[in-house]
Amino acid sequence: MSQFVQEKRSISPLFWLPFGAGGMLSALFGPALILITGILAPTGFLLPQSFESYDHARAFAQNPLGKLVLLAIIALFLWHGAERIFLTLKDMKAGPLLNLKYATYGVAAAVTVVTVLLLLAVGF
Amino acid sequence: MPEAATAVKTVELKILRYRPASDERPAFGSFKVPYTEDMSVLEALQTIKDTLDGTLSFRWSCRMAVCGSCGMMINGKPQLACNTLLRNLPPGPVTIEPLNNFPIERDLVVSVGDFVKKIESIYPYIIPKEPKTVAEGPYLQTPAQLAAYESFSDCINCMLCYAACPQFGENPNFIGPGAMALLQRYNGDSRDGGQQKRLDTIHGEDGVWSCTAVGYCSEVCPKQVDPANAVNQNKTNSAFDFFLRFLRPGGAR
Repeated sequence: MSQFVQEKRSISPLFWLPFGAGGMLSALFGPALILITGILAPTGFLLPQSFESYDHARAFAQNPLGKLVLLAIIALFLWHGAERIFLTLKDMKAGPLLNLKYATYGVAAAVTVVTVLLLLAVGF
Repeated sequence: MPEAATAVKTVELKILRYRPASDERPAFGSFKVPYTEDMSVLEALQTIKDTLDGTLSFRWSCRMAVCGSCGMMINGKPQLACNTLLRNLPPGPVTIEPLNNFPIERDLVVSVGDFVKKIESIYPYIIPKEPKTVAEGPYLQTPAQLAAYESFSDCINCMLCYAACPQFGENPNFIGPGAMALLQRYNGDSRDGGQQKRLDTIHGEDGVWSCTAVGYCSEVCPKQVDPANAVNQNKTNSAFDFFLRFLRPGGAR
């Protein structure tokens, strides 16, 4: 079958893997996070007093494992959303592809960098 | 069939016609045929060809959703004409067009050459892991190993999924859902050893990565092959292959 020229490898896996990982994470933890941080925490329902305290949250963000959890949750959720929104905008022909990439992958990349910097800034 | 003295029930079909010798561009023609409760769209077309206009062209063969020849747009949706009963369509005229996203050859007949090339490009046959002689006996397979690919072997190449796919409409070079289902039929076969060869044919932008996970291909599939699932599995495989190639001897391409 030598008449078929092999196509150049796409770099899409670099965007698709975080998309897939983020999709898995958001399906597993998204609803629970919305319940805890969106409903239970503001109403103080069912959660221990210390959950909302600044020191408690800070200690979580200072723990290396806590940092990893926060980074994964924030960054991968965003990369998931970015890919999905990018493909939808591309299907809708919402604008030049490069602009759409900046508006989706760009945002995800920027927030990822900011998250890393903030997690480092809160110290260990 | 007893002729009713009262008015015979009829159904109107609006068919996109194109005769390359005489027509500058495709245009709709309207036909009225006698309607019966058990009539398929294909039977209505055959009635037109037999009694009203012998020049009407369309492909058909088995009349029972096995051959995959009579795919067309029926009221804007890709369907098999033999598998679509008139009584299940909304009242009023039925619109019939050739399959979307394909060049029209004549009337409802579209050009399938590119599709066949795509099918050929993914090595649509078993490449044995290790060759066996007849004396060594057959390649055995457990029911679970059969189940891993069996649904993908149900594809009848009707191309409805290609007519449904917006990405194929945008980019005719996209390998498309049907060929991906066939690829998965062989890559998922325990007797096959050609996985890497096939993955190498789909790792580009026109390969598996053109898909934007719309999923309409699986919705219109008359054999429940679920090509979208095949595409998704191969996105995973191709994504792992993207990194694993660095671990293969001479594989970093």
